Amino acid sequence: MSFLSYFINGISLGSIYAIIALGYTMVYGIAKMLNFAHGDIIMVGAFTTFTVVSTHSGNPLVGILAAVLVCTVLGVTIERVAYRPLRGASPLAVLITAIGVSYLLQNVALLLFGSNSKQFTSVVNIPALKLAEGQLSISGVTMVTIASCIIIMIVLTTFINKTKMGQAMLAVSEDKGAATLMGIDVNRTIAVTFAIGSALAAIAGVLLCSAYPSLTPYTGSMPGIKAFVAAVFGGIGSIPGAMIGGIILGVIENLSKAYISSQLSDAIVFSVLIIVLLVRPTGILGKTIHEKV
Amino acid sequence: MKKVVSLGLVAAMAGSLVACGGNSAETTTAAATETTAAEAKETAAQGEKEETEATDGGAALEGSFKVGVIGPLTGDAAAYGLAVQHGAEIAAEEINAAGGINGAAIEIQAQDDEADPEKSVNAYNTLKDWGMQMLVGTTTSGACIAVAAETVNDNMFQITPSGSAVECVANPNAFRVCFSDPDQGTASAQYIGENKMATKVAIIYDSSSVYSDGIRETFVSEAPSQGIEIVASEAFTADNKTDFSVQLDKAKEAGAELVFLPIYYQEASIILKQAADKEFKPIFFGVDGMDGILSVENFDTSLAEGVMLLTPFAADAEDAKGFTTKYVDAYGETPNQFAADAYDAVYAVAEAAKVAGITPDMGASDICDALVPAMTQITIDGLTGTGTTWNEAGEPNKDPKAVKIVGGKYEMQ
Repeated sequence: MSFLSYFINGISLGSIYAIIALGYTMVYGIAKMLNFAHGDIIMVGAFTTFTVVSTHSGNPLVGILAAVLVCTVLGVTIERVAYRPLRGASPLAVLITAIGVSYLLQNVALLLFGSNSKQFTSVVNIPALKLAEGQLSISGVTMVTIASCIIIMIVLTTFINKTKMGQAMLAVSEDKGAATLMGIDVNRTIAVTFAIGSALAAIAGVLLCSAYPSLTPYTGSMPGIKAFVAAVFGGIGSIPGAMIGGIILGVIENLSKAYISSQLSDAIVFSVLIIVLLVRPTGILGKTIHEKV
Repeated sequence: MKKVVSLGLVAAMAGSLVACGGNSAETTTAAATETTAAEAKETAAQGEKEETEATDGGAALEGSFKVGVIGPLTGDAAAYGLAVQHGAEIAAEEINAAGGINGAAIEIQAQDDEADPEKSVNAYNTLKDWGMQMLVGTTTSGACIAVAAETVNDNMFQITPSGSAVECVANPNAFRVCFSDPDQGTASAQYIGENKMATKVAIIYDSSSVYSDGIRETFVSEAPSQGIEIVASEAFTADNKTDFSVQLDKAKEAGAELVFLPIYYQEASIILKQAADKEFKPIFFGVDGMDGILSVENFDTSLAEGVMLLTPFAADAEDAKGFTTKYVDAYGETPNQFAADAYDAVYAVAEAAKVAGITPDMGASDICDALVPAMTQITIDGLTGTGTTWNEAGEPNKDPKAVKIVGGKYEMQ
């Protein structure tokens, strides 16, 4: 019974990693760049919801909508100002810029909100699901997070495979030059990718802080890194992979806390990552791309 | 058109950067500039006012002792640093109004260290450039150890209000107001044992923090002699401090009646929330790091109902009323233990300075040589304990006290 309880805790944690990883993997899959500022966009989303709910209206839905709006605008702006001018530059330059943007967002938040942690009021008011005479409980946030993950995964997959914009995204991800020649506006396609990725980050931020209610300017950075690991784990660029990777990561982390050592859980998680990458360098669901010379 | 928009955005970003950089000569971090600068002005204004008042009274203060304060004015532990700064300012104000130290005023300047050892040494150097003669600081243990290595080289007198790690006062020039970590761990175990609060105790601690691990160690070694059985000892680290469900599950399963939390209030607030979600209701027992939990923004204080902590100060207590009123009037919030520690630290410095008969024109090193022997001769009836004395090792001698949170307030036990 205690095993099941740890396992459920692991899934709760993993579902949070998964929803963050979805945004990471989406941007990587299409724009082929690691947006290290993703974790900080999550933080911005959480702060927006917090501010709107606590000052302007008590309605969490308004807060979530505001967060999605702010993050979408922010994501597109960052892409336009910081990443687009570097489109032709080496991937390393873009990576360093992303890290710069990440610190910029953290420090602006530090100036605006201060560093005192704020207790985030959960936006999910569904009571916990009790199983086995109350010995097991699955919190409302976990159920909502898993449901959101699945819905987002299905919608994203359908969007990419069925719509014109989605097809354009696939084309851009395969070959930017060829896509341009076919009449696809690469800049617009990538801007839309960032808009979607940032909107997902806003939702992830709200769910992250509903599950773990402490909110500071650094809230997004560690979950962001863990989610990146989850995305690599599942095969970066693969949308179902991000979800599977996130959940496996959460479960491994919690089971190693429970049965091996609460101090070593991170070390174990990252060791598993190394082993997976040694055996399957593209991750669990990653595609191996054969380059023809 | 697009160019114009993007140029505007770049200008806005650059503007915000310039805004950060413009003030950074004042303090070590951009985030701190606004508050610190504003407060520095406020202090200066207060100082001027007092001096004029003093002149009116006919007892003008000649010269001033420059006392530096270091603590996290921003960052995770800002509640501690700001409290230390404010507590020290109130004490200095009172002492100056009462005629100062041997006819000289106390001048306070606070610098931010974000509880980071490296930034703390920078803050210390900034204060030395200002001409600091004595240091009240630093606030947190890790930073304090780093600064202590500097003060001993400079022979700068140092009294930390709240640096509780053993190493903070290892050098002969350093003293402290709070209890040391070993003392807190031992005192907690004794308090739990003597009051028969629980026999089965679980510990959740931060294995990446000197402070937390230090307290846990002495608690564990004292526990058997108090009839306490440690049923679970679960760690977390600075990088993994949002999900405590496994640690709580293990404590619950082991049948813990009391969970000992030798950690800071930020994590404690999450633990309390997650325990409530799990309907796990043991007694939660914290130490001085738990102080501040009621000031977490938007925190549901009913979650902290019944939480006990080992702290020498309760703002509602009879002997603290005067200080609390002044503090609330000046800063708009209820003082915590750190404010009281800093207040006592400044009074201890003033008392020792009177005994040693130092003057503001003396160098920091001479002042240190005079103050160190004087510290062991003084007795302070402060906010954090009556009849507090210091030994040569720099440790205070006073009785530990515990408070319980009832209805969102501290209640002295």
